Amino acid sequence: MDNKNGTRTFLQGSEACVEAALIAGCRFFAGYPISPANEIAEHMAAHLPKVGGIFLQMEDELASIGAVVGASWCGVKAMTATSGPGFSLMQETIGWAFMTETPCVIVDVQRVGPGTGQATKCAQGDVMQARWGTHGDYTAVSLCPNSVQEVFELTIRAFNLAEKYRTPVTLLTDETTVHLREHLVIPPLESIEIVNRKKPKAGEQVFFGLESVAPMPSIGEGFNVAVTGSTHDEKGVRFTADPVTHRRMIEAINNKIRKNLDDIVQVESYNIEDCKVGIVAYGITSRAIYEAVEEAEKRGVKVGYVRLKTLWPFPEKPVQKLAENSEKIIVPEMNLGQIVNEVKRVAGYTEVVPLNKIGGGELITPEEILEKILKETK
Amino acid sequence: MRMGERTFSTTNYLRPGLRFPFCPGCGLYALSDAFLRAVFELGYDDFRKFCFVSGIGCSSWIPSPYYLADSVHTLHGRSIPVATSIKLLRPDLHVVVFGGDGDVVGIGMGHFVHAARRNTDILVIMGNNMIYGMTGGQVAPTTPLKTRTTTTPYGSFEHPLDAAKLAAVAGANYSARWTTAHQKELRECFKKALQMDGFRFVEVVTQCPTAYGRRAGFKNVGEMLKWFKENAVPVAEAEKMGKGELESKIVVGEFIQRRRLTLVESVYAVLREAQKNA
Repeated sequence: MDNKNGTRTFLQGSEACVEAALIAGCRFFAGYPISPANEIAEHMAAHLPKVGGIFLQMEDELASIGAVVGASWCGVKAMTATSGPGFSLMQETIGWAFMTETPCVIVDVQRVGPGTGQATKCAQGDVMQARWGTHGDYTAVSLCPNSVQEVFELTIRAFNLAEKYRTPVTLLTDETTVHLREHLVIPPLESIEIVNRKKPKAGEQVFFGLESVAPMPSIGEGFNVAVTGSTHDEKGVRFTADPVTHRRMIEAINNKIRKNLDDIVQVESYNIEDCKVGIVAYGITSRAIYEAVEEAEKRGVKVGYVRLKTLWPFPEKPVQKLAENSEKIIVPEMNLGQIVNEVKRVAGYTEVVPLNKIGGGELITPEEILEKILKETK
Repeated sequence: MRMGERTFSTTNYLRPGLRFPFCPGCGLYALSDAFLRAVFELGYDDFRKFCFVSGIGCSSWIPSPYYLADSVHTLHGRSIPVATSIKLLRPDLHVVVFGGDGDVVGIGMGHFVHAARRNTDILVIMGNNMIYGMTGGQVAPTTPLKTRTTTTPYGSFEHPLDAAKLAAVAGANYSARWTTAHQKELRECFKKALQMDGFRFVEVVTQCPTAYGRRAGFKNVGEMLKWFKENAVPVAEAEKMGKGELESKIVVGEFIQRRRLTLVESVYAVLREAQKNA
């Protein structure tokens, strides 16, 4: 791609995701057909081999995420894309990736659930699954774009965070955002920050369980690395009988995320220093807040918002600030209330009001948010 | 290869300071020994050109972490997809999967059949002890009919699976079955499989005296090995026998050996084609 001055283009969200992944250095993709995530796999199948990358359509989602983790251990940046049912099937292996500290990117294009639900319709029902989908103690990282431009930017960021912290990262998007067609500006490639994992030096033997993020060897480099999802010591040797080994390992792999929130958490905020009503929104739903805020202000209601670009770890600080400076917080979501409970957890005495809508892929409109703002400030 | 100057020692292949955790009399000692000797006889003094992938279960513990090699200990049933991407990205390595019958053809059955179909260039070694041993002896898809297990206290009532035959039918380049009572044949079989491409499957019927033998009525390990020996029927002979006659037999030997286009060959052909037109 020749883009010295940047490239202005017009793409679908799914295409922006693939463009970004290739720029981030993704060279392996494995997936299984599922609506509404298919376009990502299809674009990958077409473009990945051109840059020497390998595309595989596997027999199911369990195999897809397994192949992604295997690829990552070969030193190759790897990704899969799926939707709710497939995301459910991947959860055990995502847990294995947390435990083995494997960088990889999972794109979850949310659709209506549970079960098969409405396979081609937009929803935001996988928010808690992205945080708590697999068993045990871990700290999930999920990014949530609300435009084609941001699908591009956050896909690159997902790879960068995965590499930097040696952890799986979920790009939690939705049917509408990946099917949108919008202008996309791809900045000059040399201006895009690309992070690559830290590699061990010859003779190093500690590959796991460091808060500072241990260096990651690749298969075939002579390190004789033992990779296991069982409790293991710093060298990777399985050691399942000892509580201390387990605590030390798990605290380290959680702390490497929890102690770097300033680096990981990103939000877009407006008027959070002083407003009557606050809004906390994310993903496709957050596109409706801009117009609602503008209309409310025309009617004399000062509204502030925090838009969560990082969904997990939950951006506690900016939401807390919004809560301190507003009388009420409205949380619009295309589910029956998921992130709203996180907001309540940090909002103190500020009232938190949900605004929910599910089914049929009908988005929450600016009018509905405006109506809620006006009702709550009556 | 100057065979005379080399002497076999397991220390070249095992991670120092660790010992296999298997029960006394377990067949997996013999399985691993046959494999290591095959590797040695092929001229490899260490595992630099190998990567091991395994799932969950006793057989999966053979390489992880005991082999002094790169080893990836995956989840229950998921070794084959992980091995698939590793082989595609490192086609220069021998990628060898170790797993039990529950791991490979129970929970991991879908991956097994598809890897054989794709002719994925990996060697899958399945220790078939006919039981879920690690979890305490529950019935497996390979348990012979009428066998008492902890979850079939009245005897197993399901037909067991013929995994070696299935691999052959599904598209593997190589599929064979031996038992731990056939050490020489097993070693030669591993050597042959390691020198081939495509999907290679070696099923090793192995004794689990703790979780299988005790409940199935075997007094000791020797009785189990005797059972393997006396009931082993070569493939060619089995073809002439009736279904009823074969029910209590263990068919041993090679089920398929062929040269079919492999996944590595196909994927790299696609890469060359795509880059030519890029």
